[in-house]
Amino acid sequence: MHEASLAGGILQLVERTAERERFARVTHLRLEAGQLAGVESRALRFALEAIAPGTLLDGARIDIDEPPGEAWCMDCSLTVQIAQRGDACVHCGGYRLQPTGGTELKVIDMQVED
Amino acid sequence: MCVVCGCAGDGSQVTMEGHGHAHPPSPYSPAARRVKPGAPAIRRTDAVQAEASHVAVDPSSGDLHFGAGAARVSVPGMSQARAIRLETDILGENDRVAAQNRAHFAAHGVTALNFVSSPGSGKTTLLCATIEALKTRAPGLPVAVIEGDQQTSFDADRIRATGAPALQVNTGKGCHLDAPMVAEAFARLHRHDHERSLLFIENVGNLVCPAMWDLGEAAKVAILSVTEGEDKPLKYPDMFAASTLMLVNKIDLLPYLNFDVERCIAFARRVNPAIEVIRVSATTGEGMGDWLAWIEARLKADAVAGLRAGIDDIVRSTAS
Repeated sequence: MHEASLAGGILQLVERTAERERFARVTHLRLEAGQLAGVESRALRFALEAIAPGTLLDGARIDIDEPPGEAWCMDCSLTVQIAQRGDACVHCGGYRLQPTGGTELKVIDMQVED
Repeated sequence: MCVVCGCAGDGSQVTMEGHGHAHPPSPYSPAARRVKPGAPAIRRTDAVQAEASHVAVDPSSGDLHFGAGAARVSVPGMSQARAIRLETDILGENDRVAAQNRAHFAAHGVTALNFVSSPGSGKTTLLCATIEALKTRAPGLPVAVIEGDQQTSFDADRIRATGAPALQVNTGKGCHLDAPMVAEAFARLHRHDHERSLLFIENVGNLVCPAMWDLGEAAKVAILSVTEGEDKPLKYPDMFAASTLMLVNKIDLLPYLNFDVERCIAFARRVNPAIEVIRVSATTGEGMGDWLAWIEARLKADAVAGLRAGIDDIVRSTAS
């Protein structure tokens, strides 16, 4: 359910940017939610669509990029792809992995109209 | 001559909505020209060619204001629809307040621990037992508690019964505590003196959401009771990845359960190779010594860090 809080945070970010940049509505919002960011994209999209009516996000198209999870294997000294935390290294089968990519959760950009 | 741009086209084709004739692309695009010194994080990309009107009409006089849009300038053929590049962390605002909390805690000698777990893992019972044990082990050490739940003040009441000050934060429909909630609670709870003290923050019982919200704590402590299932670290990996310590609680019940502690610890280390583990029972007191020693080590580390910061301040002020 934390996707609802995140959607509120996104709206707050958009509104703050609107104060500075003076626009009336967002037509297209692009987010990044990495596979290891702890966010369910479908739930986030649902939450955004739920809070959008009557806000700057009303009617905005929402795209959520999901960069794959990457981790540094301390035993292989290699960056390997993982789908989720707790996955093994594809080379050595070990679990001494430090996630390095796909952990970010951010607003990338948006298209706006006055 | 074009009366809008001054080029040698056919002026009769010019309309107020845009240009009636084409120009080669200008090197002075709005993106190139409009760099705002105060907002380095924001970079404009090319304006999109949407048909939004870029002229404001004064209803009383009929005057036209071309600079009233967000771009403050009108470029024929271009609407003022545009792209704003943000690259901003969605949790950035929470993280900013969490950093303030952390600085506030450090300034007041507070070591804050954020307790996260499923509902029913025994967080409150363990906290009560910890507070009672600290009374004899570290008499005079102030301990305060912030209790997070969706509703009721049952947990804060239980803590207050031990004599420790506690403040209940009801999140309503919220599934986690956030940094502003803790800032507010700490401001009401703390006596604002400067002796070393402990602050326990008992998060909402939930193994998913609290993982993402930094509260400014020194460490997240995950509590997993043996009645829950040894595979939880893999089922809820984000929480165990975010935690510094895992307390395996209710170990007095192990003889009655099929719970493989070693397997549970191995699962936790899969998602977090550095996680520390202590086995405890709040009911029988087993393992409590290790747990209290861990807390004392954190207190000492924070005290040393505080002293170092103090010495650095003195060195800096005498050097200048």
